[in-house]
Amino acid sequence: MKKLLLGNAAVAQGAYEAGVRVVASYPGTPSTEITENIVKYDEIYAEWSPNEKVAAEVAIGASIGGARSMSCMKHVGLNVMADPVFTVSYTGVNGGLVFCVADDPGMHSSQNEQDSRHYAKASKITMLEPSDSQECKEFTRLAFELSEEFDTPVFIRLSTRVSHSQSLVEIGERKDIELKPYEKNVGKYVMMPANAVKRHVVVEERIAKLKDFAEDCSFNTVEMNDTKIGVIASGIAYMYAKEALGDNASYLKLGMVYPMPEKLILDFASKVDKLYVIEELDPIIEDHCKSLGLEVSGKDVFTLLGEYTPTMIKSAVLGTAPAEQAEIEEAIPARPPVLCPGCPHRGVFYVLKKLGLVVSGDIGCYTLGAIPPLASVDTTICMGASVSAALGMAKARGSEFNKKLVSVIGDSTFMHSGITGLIDIVYNKGNNTVIILDNSITGMTGHQDNPTTGYTIRGEETKQVNLLTLCKAIGIEHVCVADPFDIKNFEKVVKEETQREEPSVIIAQRPCALLKSVSYTSHCKITENCKKCKMCMKLGCPAISEDGAGGVKIDLTQCNGCGLCINVCPFDAIVKEG
Amino acid sequence: MTKKIMIVGVGGQGTLLASRILGNTVINEGYDVKVSEVHGMSQRGGSVVTYVKYGDAVYSPIIDRGEADIILAFEMLEAYRAMPYLKKGGKIIVNTQEIDPMPVITGAMKYPENIDKKLQDKLDVTLVDALSLAEEAGNFKAVNVVLIGVMAKSTDIPYEKWVETIKNTVPPKFLDVNLKAFDLGYKL
Repeated sequence: MKKLLLGNAAVAQGAYEAGVRVVASYPGTPSTEITENIVKYDEIYAEWSPNEKVAAEVAIGASIGGARSMSCMKHVGLNVMADPVFTVSYTGVNGGLVFCVADDPGMHSSQNEQDSRHYAKASKITMLEPSDSQECKEFTRLAFELSEEFDTPVFIRLSTRVSHSQSLVEIGERKDIELKPYEKNVGKYVMMPANAVKRHVVVEERIAKLKDFAEDCSFNTVEMNDTKIGVIASGIAYMYAKEALGDNASYLKLGMVYPMPEKLILDFASKVDKLYVIEELDPIIEDHCKSLGLEVSGKDVFTLLGEYTPTMIKSAVLGTAPAEQAEIEEAIPARPPVLCPGCPHRGVFYVLKKLGLVVSGDIGCYTLGAIPPLASVDTTICMGASVSAALGMAKARGSEFNKKLVSVIGDSTFMHSGITGLIDIVYNKGNNTVIILDNSITGMTGHQDNPTTGYTIRGEETKQVNLLTLCKAIGIEHVCVADPFDIKNFEKVVKEETQREEPSVIIAQRPCALLKSVSYTSHCKITENCKKCKMCMKLGCPAISEDGAGGVKIDLTQCNGCGLCINVCPFDAIVKEG
Repeated sequence: MTKKIMIVGVGGQGTLLASRILGNTVINEGYDVKVSEVHGMSQRGGSVVTYVKYGDAVYSPIIDRGEADIILAFEMLEAYRAMPYLKKGGKIIVNTQEIDPMPVITGAMKYPENIDKKLQDKLDVTLVDALSLAEEAGNFKAVNVVLIGVMAKSTDIPYEKWVETIKNTVPPKFLDVNLKAFDLGYKL
């Protein structure tokens, strides 16, 4: 039976068919739907872990325990889990172990566009790269076998266009894989120097064996057509090349991008007149070809930046002009993403902007607080940096600066890696004010539960981490909860807490407006009392805009009646309708 | 020959559901299909673009400028932005709804005027007040299915096949509204 599946759903199906028993991940676009789809299979234990490092370690433990296991993350999540990854390369596995990492060329929803293939080489872990959903399923299924055969973790590398494209997948049955016996093996699993020295030898032997395997494995395929042009490509870039050049080129498709074959590449190169390497982001295959002494064209004609397209390839390889197109003959406004109508973060940023504070930001929907008119976020680096970077700023610039500085961090991001920064503030005598934006869910990635929501990935009730008692327990004496839609009180609280000569935490508590449990009703309406002061427009609510006659209008299809604009109107000119 | 359809709109307008109805309908016709979606940050009220391609064998999941056979636009400015993607002789179906983007709300830029005329000057345009039709069907959120109805008529896939997919895709409690919305678009 064939089904139309997202690349991510196909990875989940492949893991299911391979008999995977444990999957632990932290959500991150474009990888999130892999683990969300795993939940559909009752046979698999699945969890959202607090962060990617924990997730990887849970999967590693499950593998040592004898189960086929997997952890899935976005590219920057791989940075967080790099520590265990580099060492599990040395220990190897018991049950098959797969790390599925999704890169985001073009940065549709990311803070950088790092190329995760570097990690395969650096950690000496083999890496497979599928090009469509069928390959996502097959490669994942085979990755578990490869993992056990070569006693190695295996990376699957996806990119946004593979993760988030649907294509047809042949659905198979789940293989019944027994739990492997657990046997204590100190030399293999206790990585202290004396053991690790020996394991490093094993790693190098393994890579040599995998290089031989790469010469003649089903992941790497040759397709000979016209031999004037030869293309070496992998992942989505292969699909773009195939669409652009069709039968006018021959192809070496690398489904295994680490380690790469040598003889196979040299043989292919000898059969074609002109050789191109087509790969998004960094010249990893190209550098490998050059190390073999080949003359190849790659980043000399293709960019290091963003995503490729078939047109780009046609133009670079064949010199073809792009298709005829209707041009837009004026500058048109962009449409950047915005905080949703009813978003609880809007109240927070409205107040922070009003008070003119420096805002150390973090990763989540609330990064959008950087966009005008709220325009209050000063920095965004990575998960958790809002808290620790603010401590650094305060240490650099002193206590007067600190009184105009706050950190903002979501509940899930705080659990991920904000808590460690907060402990640093307490331990190293910082006086920072941290605002935890507690919207009761992991928002940006599409509503995943986390340790503060009180529910597991399967929606089962569990112990809920209480942010207030947690902050108190680590030594923050001034912790308060405030509703960011009660603008007056929230402003008062922020003023008080930032003036303290002690660290403090404000828990800005109001659920995400998109949660099913939130039921704002009706919508808001501008009345004749409106003095056209446009105070409400400072909220940056997508439902409120100018009416073209000097006043303001509310778009009823967008407004959900949250009422925040009513709270900021100085003339009581906005009312709830109905 | 691969057919290339682009769906553009504003995050939250239901473009994903539209692409899924389209994708599932064409696989039932025996085609190879690729549907490329946007998830994550762009879904928060930003421009969203979905590509649906079907034919004997589909390689790239994306559509380049000057290539789309049909563009289904959920909003005027997004239709205008997508204009260069339509191929010569292609067809663009446009919902006449206008949603101000943040640079317009803040006053940094103006919403372009007379987009309908600018589109009509260069392209084969069908303008649809899908919002009113969706309201007539019983829920303004059914704009997506109204537009699928309008588009369905310009394909060679029979009416019943579309209805079958909608029945399999939409939650039962919204089925009546969506079937009515599809009809209103189809019969336009």
